[in-house]
Amino acid sequence: MDPARKRKVRLVVALGVAVLLAVALVYTSFSASTEALKPSQLLSAAPGTSADLTGRVVKGSVQRQGDSLRFRVADRDDVSKSIPVTYAGTVPDPFRGGREIVLTGTVDDGLFVGERDTLVTKCPSKFTSSNA
Amino acid sequence: MPSAVGSVALALAFLTAIFATVAALLGSRRERRWVDGSRRAVYVLCALVTLCVVVLEVAFAGDDFGFEVVQQHSSIDTPPFYKLTAMWSSQEGSLLLWAWILSIAASAALYSTRHKLREVVPYATATMAAVAAFFTGLLLFGKGVDPFATLSPAPADGVGLNPLLRHPSMMIHPPMLYSGYVAFTVPFAFAIGALAARRLDAEWIRSTRRFALIAWAFLGLGLLLGARWSYTELGWGGYWAWDPVENAALMPWLTGTAFLHSIMVQEKRGMLRVWNVSLIVATFSLALLGTFLVRSGVLESIHAFGDSTVGPYILGLIATVLLGSTALIVSRLDDLRSPRRIDSLASREAVFLVNNLLLVALCATIFWGTFFPLISELFTGEKASLAAPWFDQYTTPIGILLVLFTGVGPLLAWRRISWESARRVFLAPLAAAVATAAGLALFTDAADSPLALALFAFAAFALTGLGQEFWRGATARRALAGGSLPAALLAVTSRNRRRYGGYVVHVGIAVLLIGIAASSSFQTKRDLTLRPGESAVVDGRTIVYERPTVETSSEALSFGAVLAVERDGERETTLRPSRRYFRPGGAEAGTISSYFEGEATSEVGLEAGGTSDLWASAAPGIADVRRRARQADANFRACVGGDPGTPPQCQALSRLMRGAAADPSLRPVALAQIENLQSITAERLARGYLSDDAPATFRVIVDPLVTWIWIGGLIALAGALIAVWPARRARRAPGRGGELEALKEAKYREIRDAELDHAAGKLSDEDYAILDAELRREAVEILDRERV
Repeated sequence: MDPARKRKVRLVVALGVAVLLAVALVYTSFSASTEALKPSQLLSAAPGTSADLTGRVVKGSVQRQGDSLRFRVADRDDVSKSIPVTYAGTVPDPFRGGREIVLTGTVDDGLFVGERDTLVTKCPSKFTSSNA
Repeated sequence: MPSAVGSVALALAFLTAIFATVAALLGSRRERRWVDGSRRAVYVLCALVTLCVVVLEVAFAGDDFGFEVVQQHSSIDTPPFYKLTAMWSSQEGSLLLWAWILSIAASAALYSTRHKLREVVPYATATMAAVAAFFTGLLLFGKGVDPFATLSPAPADGVGLNPLLRHPSMMIHPPMLYSGYVAFTVPFAFAIGALAARRLDAEWIRSTRRFALIAWAFLGLGLLLGARWSYTELGWGGYWAWDPVENAALMPWLTGTAFLHSIMVQEKRGMLRVWNVSLIVATFSLALLGTFLVRSGVLESIHAFGDSTVGPYILGLIATVLLGSTALIVSRLDDLRSPRRIDSLASREAVFLVNNLLLVALCATIFWGTFFPLISELFTGEKASLAAPWFDQYTTPIGILLVLFTGVGPLLAWRRISWESARRVFLAPLAAAVATAAGLALFTDAADSPLALALFAFAAFALTGLGQEFWRGATARRALAGGSLPAALLAVTSRNRRRYGGYVVHVGIAVLLIGIAASSSFQTKRDLTLRPGESAVVDGRTIVYERPTVETSSEALSFGAVLAVERDGERETTLRPSRRYFRPGGAEAGTISSYFEGEATSEVGLEAGGTSDLWASAAPGIADVRRRARQADANFRACVGGDPGTPPQCQALSRLMRGAAADPSLRPVALAQIENLQSITAERLARGYLSDDAPATFRVIVDPLVTWIWIGGLIALAGALIAVWPARRARRAPGRGGELEALKEAKYREIRDAELDHAAGKLSDEDYAILDAELRREAVEILDRERV
């Protein structure tokens, strides 16, 4: 094979592999991802829906029950819409009432059951938001 | 008025940056003095921004709460170290830091190239000055980011720094990351300059590769410090979580790593020119993206910084950079075409190309995963995110292959390697890899994780290969110059800093990846709930909860535990994890319960070791303490209110409060009195925890080899330092010949490199003869040019 042809073949093979990998990436990302839902969306969700719950922990709602925590999470922009949550596992340092969290879990009979060790609490805003 | 000085200096800095941009562009077409003027303007810019930083730091050090930013981020009680570093915990301060580092890096770059690259420098100056104008302009005209905004009248005290951020590495981590982000501006600007001026040889690379390497090292150090902080401070025991902001810092580091390798191919062989300019554009854009992400609120992240007003502007800058650079590259494609091709797949340049593809693929994967919430919202209308397992699934195999290449690259020579040379240099590393894999599979449970086993084998390959390189280099040197082996090793390293510095970096990365693989695959993690006196077994060790501890201070209550770790009946060590509850600042005479509504931080109990770390965090059961605090608060209210049935001392307190209500001048006395009583009560309540016999929940982690992550990182940094350090050489006479001189120097280095490769057995006699003749011919060509 002459060198130019050889290079072309190599290029096609490399591009083919890259495209295949890219397709795998896209496919797995859509199937492995979990939706991020607000409490107001979760309240109307079918039982068994799994999602990333995002919202703000209602102040004064955090209670410890044995190994697990019980608290309510409300929409970030509307405190009146909130869902009760139960969670066992590590609690990040910044967690407390009023903080924004992300928690993976499933809805069960109006209660959001968090998966172990999936609680992410946002750092108290280091760069203060100008409209806060 | 110090703030006025700052504002004026900032405004002047902005104007100077504009002037430097315009003057540099004028100088590129007209007279030389415009270029000199633009360079001096950049020096002036640096002085002005430095003045801004000094004004702000003086305000922080002197508790000048008339500055809004000082009031928001510091307080009288803040320790001095944190006062000085609190500047960059604010949005405006961090942007000022960006501008400051940029002005320093730009000045250094222009100073070092003042006699070189006559056609390129004007455009590079204009690019850097324009970026500086952007950031100073942002501070000047952006909404709510004026670092010199004042409060009148000045408040008596500030809000203080968030306790979570009070950690030394948290204070050094941001400026390190910033220095990394910002220093990439220099190679980017020179790439733009080279494109604009159509000077597309490797000279722009030679002049800025130090900046690229420094940027890379700073970014790496920033990542390492962030990981360390997460491991010791956040109370979850991990060092990496694929959080968007972590990814944002990792991505430019990966493309920067690729760039540092591929520029060598251009320097030596004149190839990969389009790739190199594209990589540095990507790296700089990703650095800007990192700056943007932390300020935009577009992605869910632990580092939630709230949506700020500056986000859209930075996005605009990224778009400008990408569109402008792409247009420039496309318009110069003909000049960028390389005359040469890769000779053989078994050559160093071919391996560099593969490693580049892997690094870019890794970066692209992380990019996709990081921005997936936005992508999925675009296609499905729902924000969906990807968790750590998805990232691991792709990054682990790529990481394993990369370790292999850290070993393969250094073993190969440029251009080609002959069959018998390959057999000679690959034999020992391959044997080491096979022996490691077999040994680990037979004698440990490493085979449970095939991927980790593969990584260990590849790392053994890389480390043996690198060790062999040092060995062969040193023996070759010794054959030439005599002396002891260590002296020869030192000599060969200091004469070839780039090469051996790079090898040291590779050793560090291989060690670091061993640490990551071991600690992520073979970690034991247990959550235990124990009462004092109880014990549990974790990974062959008995953890005994000996006794609870309490520490109190004016700002925090700390509840902890003494954990004895026993192995085979013998005490191995003692861990003292605790959790500190901070009293919210600023609130006047709050309640005792307020301690438990404020920030809380975990103080991890850590016993670091060469083979494994023992890590413990505690979540104390303080339900009883909190109940007592609520009771005490109720009693306190009754007492201050002078309710019937309260003890006689309350009458005095109640009178004092009524007096204070009538006469404001008595208020401070009354408040101080109450605060004093409250902290005495809080202390007593907290001490009750010692006899509560309350259960506490502990997370105990046995993390094998995790220490080697930090050690590997430090080795890599040391390697970068060796590679960056300027070689000791007679001072060249400054003058017009600087550039040709550099070219000659580079060619000599190539000849020496080939010599060393031959001596180390990587080049066969035949290949060496061809290569050497070729290089010498090229050197003579340069010398001829010099004579003209």
